[in-house]
Amino acid sequence: MSQLFRFPQSLKKTLFHYCPGCHHSLIHRLLCEVIDELGIREKTVGIASIGCSCFLYFYIDVDIVEAPHGRACSAATGIKRARPDLLVFTYQGDGDFAAIGLGDSLHSASRGEKFTVLMINNTLYGMTGGQVSPTTPLCQKTTTTPLGRDPQVHGYPMKIAEMLGNFEGVALSARVAVNNPKRVLSAKEVLKKAFLYQREAKGFTYVEFLSACPVNWKMDPLSATKYVDKLTEIFPLGTFKDIG
Amino acid sequence: MRNKRVLVKGVEAVALGALEGGCECYFGYPITPQNEIPEIMSVELPPRGGVFLQAESETSAINMVLGASAVGTRVMTSSSSPGISLMSEGFSYLIALELPCVIVNVMRGGPGLGGIEASQGDYFQAVKAPGHGDGKFLVFAPYSCQEAYELTAKAFELADKYRNPVMILSDAILGQMKEPLELKPLKIKKISKEGWALTGAKNRPARVIRSLFLDSAELAKRNLTLLRKYQKMEREIRFEKMAEGGEKVLVVAFGSMARICKEAVLNLRAKGYEVGFFRPITLFPYPKKALAELVSSQKIKKIIVFELNCGQMVEDVALSLKGMGKLISKSYPPSVIPFPEDLEREIKKCLNSSDFPRV
Repeated sequence: MSQLFRFPQSLKKTLFHYCPGCHHSLIHRLLCEVIDELGIREKTVGIASIGCSCFLYFYIDVDIVEAPHGRACSAATGIKRARPDLLVFTYQGDGDFAAIGLGDSLHSASRGEKFTVLMINNTLYGMTGGQVSPTTPLCQKTTTTPLGRDPQVHGYPMKIAEMLGNFEGVALSARVAVNNPKRVLSAKEVLKKAFLYQREAKGFTYVEFLSACPVNWKMDPLSATKYVDKLTEIFPLGTFKDIG
Repeated sequence: MRNKRVLVKGVEAVALGALEGGCECYFGYPITPQNEIPEIMSVELPPRGGVFLQAESETSAINMVLGASAVGTRVMTSSSSPGISLMSEGFSYLIALELPCVIVNVMRGGPGLGGIEASQGDYFQAVKAPGHGDGKFLVFAPYSCQEAYELTAKAFELADKYRNPVMILSDAILGQMKEPLELKPLKIKKISKEGWALTGAKNRPARVIRSLFLDSAELAKRNLTLLRKYQKMEREIRFEKMAEGGEKVLVVAFGSMARICKEAVLNLRAKGYEVGFFRPITLFPYPKKALAELVSSQKIKKIIVFELNCGQMVEDVALSLKGMGKLISKSYPPSVIPFPEDLEREIKKCLNSSDFPRV
């Protein structure tokens, strides 16, 4: 009889520190399931970035190094260039990947660095209390856009997965969500594909997760989960590049 | 077999020293006056199975160094003053994460964009606070191409030994000056990194290399552990001294300035002037004890510190001497470089005068 439920081997048996309704824990689990299913735990190195997920190493049972804010892709580049046999992933938020680290991120993508990025897009800076980020939708209120994001003042939200779709060094660029079971399953498939492409040294692989941040969105977990549906109107789900 | 002699610039000697020291990876960003280092590494490393990558900025370069170091390779970067400032956040992380690497700063004039001629203006930055927080580098200041070659090679071993970044603090004079270099094979030890490097959690528990400690007691303990390590680095202190007794004035200088000073001191000594010379080769930890012992044992009354900046190392000399002797600071802000004759004049003035401004 096939086993229906199993605790992922790569996931440490400890309580998450994340807020109720936050999608980090779900995405952590998906990452661990993929690592287990591909049997790559013993040759994987992860990069923890700065943000709510900086404690990644408390949950994911693989070798992990911490990188300064925004520098995960550069650290991953150093690792992958020095040890191409290792499987390398970065786990970054929208602030880390798309604001302070955009230069590192785009140049790594452009060079076709052969690692996998999990970009957790919750449209604001979660850990510091909910400030505007490059992916904050227009009109969304944050602690530093108290009247809502005004394009004349704060500019427009950046669509990173679409942008990376135009990069020659990118093998896979996709945006997924985990706010319903179907999406969870399809997100896992995309993530698995990213690691497979990495293993085959196809190029830069990028998976962006639309992720709920109920506390900073000032919503209860259920409304936050529903709000992710609304976000897909601005940040459509899909694959923007897949070299196959 | 005789050692090969080559005519090279200081920066080329650094690159050759890095290869001799077992450097496997180089990450950097172009900046004058040190571009020969990445250029040589881009030619030499790939055929040896190593990695050369020009990053999009110094911030990226230093974090590539961080990644390559975390997986256990011998890695380096090089830059010049403004680029070093950009790397300083990464320096703090490298120190905190105890990741070995070699960093070369071929100093140029500042502040700001400054100039591309020689300066020693980054002394404080190198020895006092390479990044935020309480971290320290082991810092060496070569004054010849030979020393640049040998110290750079040794830096790789010492970085691994202490699991700490080692800085080679040079400047545009030594960097761009050509002189003969004896390419002798050096005995650089390989140090196993199996106990800590991230190589995949095979047959062992997963490892974490981190610097975030939210528990206040844990962070304090962490800082004390690092402090003890910096104290242990005192074993690596190197210096050159020339004072056998009877010297009335001691000249203290490092790097290229020490090269100019040494010529001035030798000229004066040949003429019978009682002048001594002290050159710290290790700038952190500073040879405080050696300097103080020299001044007290030889009963030297006047100490003159020459620097290519507005007066930085003189503070470490003052801390070393704790009030012994009269201390004078002769600083030459970048980038007007004095000739040995200029220094001889200053030293003679110091010898003759009964009084002079104190620091």
